[in-house]
Amino acid sequence: MTRDEIYKAVIDILSEIVEDEDWVALGLEDDLKGKLESMDFLDVIMELRKLYGVEVPEADYGKFATLKGCVDYLEPFLSKK
Amino acid sequence: MKKTDNQRVVITGVGLTAPNGNNLGEFRHSLLNGVSGITEYEIRYFGKTLAGLCTFDPLKYQKKKEIRTGTRAGSIGVYCAHEALLDAGIELGKEYLPSRTGVFLGITEHGNVETENEIYEISKFNYDTKCWSHYHNPRTVANSPAGEVTVNLGITGPHFTLGAACAAGNLGCVSGLQQILLGEVDFALAGGVSESPGTFGIFAAFNSQTALARHEDPTKASRPFDKARNGIVISEGGAVFTLERLDKAKARGAKIYGELVGYNYNSDATDMVLPCAERQAECIRAALAKADMKPQDVSIVNTHATGTHAGDAKECQALRMVFGDDCPNTYFNNTKSFIGHCMGAAAALELAGNLPAFEDNIVHPTINVDDLDPECALSNLVLNKPQKVQNVTSILNNSFGMFGINCVLIVAKYNQ
Repeated sequence: MTRDEIYKAVIDILSEIVEDEDWVALGLEDDLKGKLESMDFLDVIMELRKLYGVEVPEADYGKFATLKGCVDYLEPFLSKK
Repeated sequence: MKKTDNQRVVITGVGLTAPNGNNLGEFRHSLLNGVSGITEYEIRYFGKTLAGLCTFDPLKYQKKKEIRTGTRAGSIGVYCAHEALLDAGIELGKEYLPSRTGVFLGITEHGNVETENEIYEISKFNYDTKCWSHYHNPRTVANSPAGEVTVNLGITGPHFTLGAACAAGNLGCVSGLQQILLGEVDFALAGGVSESPGTFGIFAAFNSQTALARHEDPTKASRPFDKARNGIVISEGGAVFTLERLDKAKARGAKIYGELVGYNYNSDATDMVLPCAERQAECIRAALAKADMKPQDVSIVNTHATGTHAGDAKECQALRMVFGDDCPNTYFNNTKSFIGHCMGAAAALELAGNLPAFEDNIVHPTINVDDLDPECALSNLVLNKPQKVQNVTSILNNSFGMFGINCVLIVAKYNQ
């Protein structure tokens, strides 16, 4: 997957979890914290596990603070998919 | 001693969803016109069967996220609670404080649907429990359906669900009444809910028990009192009543559907599943005593009968013990013959379906009785067609469940 495809995959997951948020309009460096409740965030982790087999340890949750952070973190796992 | 108005609790609003109607008007129309809500249904592992399913729109009062993260029983509860408030003309925060409002819902079982769903989900991932949802616990805690109502409506008073098998709908109403009379709340949303068709386990278990209804015509499968009855049709649904003290209801000019005048609950203490006619009769008599009524004073008895051989016969035995042949103005009917067994919602829905009789003086029938079982013969059993009667002044609502839990509720026409 390219970075663009990974970005789209993340947006798709977020849109499924919190439907009334315009995730595409969100800047790459904007903070995700105010947009996602704790259970929503766990949904994101669960979907990454189920859809892409990516296991995110709790210690790395902080790296998902922005959309760019998500893509950066996922790129090494998904670039070969 | 005559009760004062603040010791009397009345029903001022009804919200419901049944397999044959999504509000009281639709439901009553179906009951008076022989409209069944039973259809063909298929569920994983078990396969093809029959069920009563509701067609309300959950998005009317919930966001998609609430529906995704919550439960079907919760959605049913939320829908019914909103509809009841609308019907009562009550805006929380205006007529009643959210902190003085309580939610009391009966359930037969809860958590089976959610657990089966999770097991099915992790089966796609080689049973890796890391794929088990973090929503499983909030979905399956026993207070979940009532809790979902409080979160949705911002109600900060007490809430709980009552596990009382198939007597739960009545017990939800009784709890609302008690909480008001205890002064714990000023206003109650009370009734029952069921999401049971979502679990294959309930179909499989009743099937193993040889108590699951079968019929080539789904609308004829639920047939209490008929010789050819062969079991229960599993259904979902919900009914929530707004309960308030009479003085408050009068002060705001509320429409009053009826007054909760008597109830009783007891236990058979005999068997896990087989009912006990003697204890049922005791329960009915005790409810009548609390209401200061004689059997002859009852206008309608809504029977609990579910369509099982033993259950229907035992209930009729209990009814004969109490009512005998000396109650010429007492009529007996059955609502499950239209909607199947709505489990935790059953008693509440069945009470709701009968309430309009206080206005139209019509007793809806028990349908699908082609050949009445002599063991189920009762005087004034209203069969297959509605019956106009002179004056409906009270409804006695039977509900009985597994482990011999019995709950009888009596509602009287509002009398100043």
